[in-house]
Amino acid sequence: MTTKNILLTGVGGQGTILASKLLTEGLLSQGYDVKMSEVHGMSQREGPVLTHVRFGETVFSPIVEAKKADVIIGFEELEVLRNLEYLREDGKGVVILNKVRVNPIGVQNGSDKYPENAAELISARAGKVIAMDASEEARKLGNIRVMNIILLGASVRQLGLEEIDWNRVIAENVKPRYVELNQQAFELGKSLS
Amino acid sequence: MKQLITGNEAVARGAWEAGARFASAYPGTPSTEILENIATYQEIHSEWAPNEKTALESVIGASLAGARAIASMKHVGLNVAADPFFTFAYMGVNAGAVVVTADEPGQFSSQNEQDNRNYAKAAMTPMFEPSDSQECKDMLIEAFEISEKHDIPVLFRMTTRVCHSKSLVELGERQDVPLKPYVKNIKKYVAVPANARPMKVKVQENQTIMKGYSNNCQWNRIEMNEPSVGIICSGDCYLYAREVFGGDASYLKLGFTNPLPDDLIREFASKVEKIYIIEENDPYIEEHVRALSIACDGKNLFPRNGEMKPEVIRSVIYGEEYPVDEEVREAVIPRPPTLCAGCPHRGFFYELGRRKNVMVSGDIGCYTLASGAPYHAMETTVCMGASISLGHGAQQVFDTIEGNKMRVVSALGDSTFFHTGINSLLDVAYNKSNLITVVLDNRITAMTGQQDNPGSGRTIQGEVIEAVSIEAIARAFGFRNVRVIDPNQLTEVKEALDWALALQEPSVIITRWPCALKKQTALDKEEFKGSFTSVYWVNEEVCIGCKKCTRTGCPAIVFQFAKKKSSIDPEKCVGCSVCAQVCPKQAIQKVEA
Repeated sequence: MTTKNILLTGVGGQGTILASKLLTEGLLSQGYDVKMSEVHGMSQREGPVLTHVRFGETVFSPIVEAKKADVIIGFEELEVLRNLEYLREDGKGVVILNKVRVNPIGVQNGSDKYPENAAELISARAGKVIAMDASEEARKLGNIRVMNIILLGASVRQLGLEEIDWNRVIAENVKPRYVELNQQAFELGKSLS
Repeated sequence: MKQLITGNEAVARGAWEAGARFASAYPGTPSTEILENIATYQEIHSEWAPNEKTALESVIGASLAGARAIASMKHVGLNVAADPFFTFAYMGVNAGAVVVTADEPGQFSSQNEQDNRNYAKAAMTPMFEPSDSQECKDMLIEAFEISEKHDIPVLFRMTTRVCHSKSLVELGERQDVPLKPYVKNIKKYVAVPANARPMKVKVQENQTIMKGYSNNCQWNRIEMNEPSVGIICSGDCYLYAREVFGGDASYLKLGFTNPLPDDLIREFASKVEKIYIIEENDPYIEEHVRALSIACDGKNLFPRNGEMKPEVIRSVIYGEEYPVDEEVREAVIPRPPTLCAGCPHRGFFYELGRRKNVMVSGDIGCYTLASGAPYHAMETTVCMGASISLGHGAQQVFDTIEGNKMRVVSALGDSTFFHTGINSLLDVAYNKSNLITVVLDNRITAMTGQQDNPGSGRTIQGEVIEAVSIEAIARAFGFRNVRVIDPNQLTEVKEALDWALALQEPSVIITRWPCALKKQTALDKEEFKGSFTSVYWVNEEVCIGCKKCTRTGCPAIVFQFAKKKSSIDPEKCVGCSVCAQVCPKQAIQKVEA
């Protein structure tokens, strides 16, 4: 198989790290070679977070090459836009788009304008966009924090990873009292894709 | 069993498996997690050192006393530790010693992009360059062996991607490496000229002997595929090259890079038609290959700055173009890091930024963000500790100007003060410049993610110790003007600045309030009772929409443009009250419980 390229992109505190942890654990359980790379030095200070995940038979580079991402799991619109250059251009790139905006400080104080057309720009460049308000869906489930797991659930069909026992992966990597909630969130995400 | 772990975790694991017993480091991205992970192994005595020099020196001591020992630091940290590093190479070790340098191609979190492979060459120490986590672990274990066999410390060069990327690692067991007896050996361990001259000869001979190892070790290997293109590379560049060329090129993959394997390089050159050297930063391998009179392409094609990503290689070799999507680029706005809601630096820099005839010399930490909007209250950042000594020099010169009004305020954090700022303060005390030194004491090393330091009252193991007092240090140095203030109280900040600016002699101001992210100790909870427990809100009926509160740069403040009213995100606000103090209408009020 050819190596698959995934990016998870969002803002510090949105749970991209747990989502990528579950994703890589799931991939490992299927016997794939997996590499992952993360730049998160400033994430505690409201900065962007970008995680690269690659899997296949043998993976060399830990980072996704420009124009080679098969799937971008976008936790926030602007951050997807910022990393759109990674998405493959042959019309086969998929974006799982959380329709959520986290305003950078420049927008909060009026020195910058949030790109209103972010979703349209993304749609025009992606082969397929699966958009949802995962934060709102998470709120309905009773905990805004499982937004990340909803997005992860929404990505598995696009990645062809439905055969992985995700319930077990969640059970093994999440605190016991949150397992059921996360499993629900995952299923919900899957049904939304 | 295989586990998916980072390079930093793998180095820690390697140190444990190699039987290391002592580790010391000063935190610095991307190296910080090495010691944090080593500290999870009971068998290794781990310490946060005040700086990289003390870390390395204590590692020298540990090695001499018979324990395998490891010091880890970011690339610029080795500048601080360079003094002991060079002479340690002369002296050699007793038990094995490894110095880890984590370089930063791309400068994600650093003030420069220096290539520390040059240190190995300059100090004539053996050097390893791992590509992935498995190599991090395996090479680290080998580094201890090499160190003992050749009686020399080993430099272990990583880069951000190697440190922070995860790949599969086969875990092993800890070797039982007994302590070696300490043997008094003045000729070996006292580097006076008479002893150091023969030491240097020994180090030079060592480099010659190690050429044999370099040519034959498993870490340097030829992978023959298509012979028309030959790639010589090391570290993560090997992974990127493999990604781009696959089987369409042959590789000389280098993992042991000082001394470089001349015979192997010649052999590879004889087997391939065209050679590309793919390496990040300096032409370290390339210059060596050229010195062997082997024709190659390297920095004449590839950039010397930034990361060597696969797309960089592809564009250079295959001419692949990556045109900028102008429409997207225009739409994208920055998401700069900001001082957190409740950050104790905010109040201080808000006030300082309003002063005229003041030069602010800054330092390295979260507070370097004060150089940006909305504060613009930091004018220099060079290296750890430089704020005070740079400010000292500037103030001395300003004061030679007749009728001078320029005053210098030097600002640095508690951890940076203990790192090297303490030496600089001694300079001020001794040479009496009219400098205002401000230690932003947030009770922790915050920038790198909450590491303890001599002033925080805790060790890396969580043991409670007597916290070193910055105030007592300043007084012991002879400063008569020392004030400790709460930086969240703007009046207090204002008064302290007025007081210091009116003085005709040096002063020290210590702003003492914990980082908003700090997990407070019992002592913190007692001292800073009630901190971070309240929330403020904007009474829209009173708010006049003047936006003064947004100028505090707090990420919890959201200005509502439609309503022309300010608001506060209750999820982010931790109640520092700085915005309430700048509000001219008292529209910002505490939420009463």
